[in-house]
Amino acid sequence: MVEINPFVILFAAIFTNNILLSNYLGMCSFLAVSREVKASYGLGFAVIFVMTATTALNWLVYFYMLVPAGLEHFWYIIFIVVIAAFVQLVEILIEKISPVLYINLGIFLPLITVNCAIMGASLFMIIRGYDFLQSVAYGFGAGVGWALAIVAMAGIRQRIARSNVPAPLAGAGIALIIAGIMSLAFMGFSGMIQVQ
Amino acid sequence: MCSSDLKIFWNAFWVDNPVFRQILGICSTLAVTNLVINTVIMDIGLVFATVMSSVTVSLLRNVTPRRIRMMVQVLIIAAWVILFDLMLKAYVPDISKALGAYVGLIITNCIIMGRAEAFASSNKVFPALIDGLASGLGYSLILLSIAIPREILGFGTLFKDTAIQITLLPESFTKWIIMVMAPGAFFMLAILIWVIRGWTERTGEDKH
Repeated sequence: MVEINPFVILFAAIFTNNILLSNYLGMCSFLAVSREVKASYGLGFAVIFVMTATTALNWLVYFYMLVPAGLEHFWYIIFIVVIAAFVQLVEILIEKISPVLYINLGIFLPLITVNCAIMGASLFMIIRGYDFLQSVAYGFGAGVGWALAIVAMAGIRQRIARSNVPAPLAGAGIALIIAGIMSLAFMGFSGMIQVQ
Repeated sequence: MCSSDLKIFWNAFWVDNPVFRQILGICSTLAVTNLVINTVIMDIGLVFATVMSSVTVSLLRNVTPRRIRMMVQVLIIAAWVILFDLMLKAYVPDISKALGAYVGLIITNCIIMGRAEAFASSNKVFPALIDGLASGLGYSLILLSIAIPREILGFGTLFKDTAIQITLLPESFTKWIIMVMAPGAFFMLAILIWVIRGWTERTGEDKH
């Protein structure tokens, strides 16, 4: 296990190692949903919640079930099943408990199962050898970083909608250029901490 | 190959090219486009996974219950990706380490799932194979056309750190480090989409 303060990991995951802008994960839903600020908030919060919970769950499953059984090679399958099952469960629970929350968050939950950032966060935490607290901090931080990026992007895209963008570049093209510029801006943070 | 197979190939390879037509599946693979060699290995894995899972899904299409077909497809894809990952670890451990989590992320790549769901689950095995192969190759083409300019401008080489390394730009060339860092991939993909869409719009091929 590496000796890094969980708070440093949290900070690094949000700013210097933003999962979207430096690891390119979760691009599909990022490009699809970032047209509206409100929807972006919804998806952002759903990602924060699911990512924190699934990194914790997957860490426990990996070290208490897969490693003792010698089944580490099956981690891809197990992780994806854990994520899918968890999302399904949350969807059912939210629908039963709070219909208001379900209307706001529920539609985004199925999208999240295929969001590569969720799976990516779980894989990174194992590869980088985080312990439990570090993993939860990383999962939460990566979620916040993703949400921050998508909300900022949605704000910019709402302005862009009224500008005159060259036709072939409209939509995804301009969104990618904005993402590139945002990624440049986030690189400015990278001098602050050097943590993977 | 008869003309209908060719048509399937062309449709999956170019007409419905997943990246610049549908902007799907750029997530998991964009990150490896800073070095051409990594991209090539990733492409092989992606084509392998797409072809094999399309074939498997197509083989099992009559015995898979409709309601749980998504889960079955994910498991099939994951099984092939694990197989590829183990092969990488055995034969090219260095590259396997460099690719890291991104090999596993092939599973969540929307393209494979998309082809399995949209084509393989309702077609015979051979057309499914062609379709999987063509989508995989069409995707690889895009990745390579991002990776090649990135590596040339960023490092001045092709196939850096391998036996066949080619140095293309002289020492005096100031390297565009930004190209091999995160923003470079975003800009390259945007430029690529711009060029291709601009071109197809002019020739009137685009019907969007």
